[in-house]
Amino acid sequence: MVNSIVEKIVNGDVRVVAKLIRDIDDGAPGTREILKALYRHTGNAYIIGITGAPGVGKSTLVDQMIQGLRMDGKTVGVLAVDPTSPLSGGAILGDRVRMQRHSLDEGVFIRSLATRGQFGGLTQSTRSVIDVLDAMGKDYIIVETVGVGQDEIDIAKSAHTTVIVVVPGMGDNIQAIKAGIFEVGDIFVINKSDRPDALNTMNDLKAMIDITRRRFKKEGWEPSILMAEAAINKGIVELLNEIEMHRKNRKTLSRETIIRHKKAIARNELTDMIKIRLVEEVLNHITNSLEFKKHLDCIVDGTKDPYSACDELLSAKLNLE
Amino acid sequence: MSNKQRIKVLVSVIGLDGHFTGAEVVSRFLMDAGMEVVYLGIYQTPEMIVSAAIQEHVDVIGISSHAANYEQINLLMDLMKKNNFNVPVMCGGSIPPQDAEVLIKKGVSKIFLPSSTSESIVNYIVSKVKR
Repeated sequence: MVNSIVEKIVNGDVRVVAKLIRDIDDGAPGTREILKALYRHTGNAYIIGITGAPGVGKSTLVDQMIQGLRMDGKTVGVLAVDPTSPLSGGAILGDRVRMQRHSLDEGVFIRSLATRGQFGGLTQSTRSVIDVLDAMGKDYIIVETVGVGQDEIDIAKSAHTTVIVVVPGMGDNIQAIKAGIFEVGDIFVINKSDRPDALNTMNDLKAMIDITRRRFKKEGWEPSILMAEAAINKGIVELLNEIEMHRKNRKTLSRETIIRHKKAIARNELTDMIKIRLVEEVLNHITNSLEFKKHLDCIVDGTKDPYSACDELLSAKLNLE
Repeated sequence: MSNKQRIKVLVSVIGLDGHFTGAEVVSRFLMDAGMEVVYLGIYQTPEMIVSAAIQEHVDVIGISSHAANYEQINLLMDLMKKNNFNVPVMCGGSIPPQDAEVLIKKGVSKIFLPSSTSESIVNYIVSKVKR
């Protein structure tokens, strides 16, 4: 059963891939076994992360990048993340609107994902879904994050090249030197660069990169800044070339550096995986217990404070002191 | 596990119909009902809709129609059959009764007229999607 599913995915069966992604998102039983078997077919795709604030043009940029990569004969998988409503749990996934012209292209697979309460710009399932598209044989996987603010940098842990999209007029140089997403950018794109202030934005970014130059130099790559107008396909070829340069640069790194990178990625991935399972299972274990309900009642009728309740529950259930 | 599941709906306007307001309002209240809505926008061909529905693995398709372009919806139904992709297709909009009848015969699972409440649409989808 698992083997036949894996075989179909490796052969690029869109139906099976689409269903598996759904199952991963829904936490359906049995997906873990498939992912385990699928893992040895991964590692061939080049993963590009696209991130930036809401409305800067990420989806439009991705649409043009797909076009460029397809003209080069490359196959492309796209994961487009949109936010889940914290109130209803529902979501409107609208990134496809900008990319629908590729929907009939068999070399392109586009999937929308909802964050479902995950912070960090991606979904809990993103890493697994990247693996699926990778195993499916896509040459490039573009991951478009939800519109992010300042410190949602999960994408940099999964992508080979992280592209940060900004637009002119979104804040002065102080914004540019703050900690956060700007620290993880390999390439910066100033989109809608026909707007006034594009040059100022360029200068602010340059200054920011200058300040942190020493750290970047260690990796042999200094972040580049490009101007683009995605809506009219301007600057896209340059962006794809720059991504290729970054990819080549990664290959020139020393063996130790590459192993260090891989270790850091593996550590992140494994830690996250353990964290998710741990929280899920321990939380279920505790919140489904009789003591939990008793403590709740005590807090409500005022005979206990939540701090003591928390301590007591943890020490009783996990033997924590 | 089951608390992670969501109903996933594809909402689109078909053919040369450019009336997006209805589709957007429906998308919005389906979201408010806790569903995940893949919104495709306007000017979608039946082929684009089926392809997107397959890639997104949706539970149900909603087509907004305000331009009497029922032939496009017929083509969509044919294409779904041809692809052996069987999820309920609902239509909403200003659709006269005689045309609604034809669409239902063609396999459209339900027509929602302009007087439909959001509750009736939400409840219908919930009843149709047995997960």
